Amino acid sequence: MDEIRVQREDFDAGREIARMRAGNPKIGAIASFIGVVRDVNDGDAVGELTLEHYPGMTEKALSQIVEEAKARWDIIDALVIHRVGTLRPTDQIVLVIVTSAHRGHAFAACEFLMDYLKTQAPFWKKEETPEGARWVDARVADDKAAERWGIEAGNAAPVPPPGKG
Amino acid sequence: MGANDSEARTIPTISVTVLYFARLRESLGLGSERIELPGNIVDVDGLRDWLRARGGAWADELAPGRAVRVAVNQEMAAPASPLRGGDEIAFFPPVTGG
Repeated sequence: MDEIRVQREDFDAGREIARMRAGNPKIGAIASFIGVVRDVNDGDAVGELTLEHYPGMTEKALSQIVEEAKARWDIIDALVIHRVGTLRPTDQIVLVIVTSAHRGHAFAACEFLMDYLKTQAPFWKKEETPEGARWVDARVADDKAAERWGIEAGNAAPVPPPGKG
Repeated sequence: MGANDSEARTIPTISVTVLYFARLRESLGLGSERIELPGNIVDVDGLRDWLRARGGAWADELAPGRAVRVAVNQEMAAPASPLRGGDEIAFFPPVTGG
């Protein structure tokens, strides 16, 4: 069963994988991704990161992203856990797990979920640096990553593409 | 009776909820508000213009060319997306999760 969770608490990837594959002999491949807080961004030391989100829309957007992945690849289940609140370097931020019969679909869907999430799910990072707190800017590189999948993200652009927000 | 009085009676308003997130929430000093919107404001861009007319931080943050994303009823929306009474409209900067 697919699962979307937005939570303050940490997660245990091993436990989540064990739960997802328990008793399902159709699963032949499991791909997972964990995003982690680094201690540096844009050349500045980062001591702390605060993640804000849009409750309600976040869960909805993540569910749509999972549906889109299932429409594109032959995957069995997908799980997305995204943390919010205050995090520090080395803390885990996001977990994506995809199960499938074969690795190709699992790898592709896992990468797609992350690329899509980074440009479409309503989360915002604010980081504490020696120069003070600042909101993290969206990256054109993340839009480019989403474009590989045929998604015109336009997230980092000053003016969004027509038809998108 | 002035022209404005009769106009106020003939143009109905729609009631919407507007939310602000992240940098916008901080610089506008507001997380959410209920707005009685003049009936001639019919889409996302119209609302953005109307809010910008408040001046100050509103004019800065919502200026044309500033990267602002908008969601209507929790779905990403386009500048021309229509608005209806009861809508929940959110303004926020480009997203930076993951």
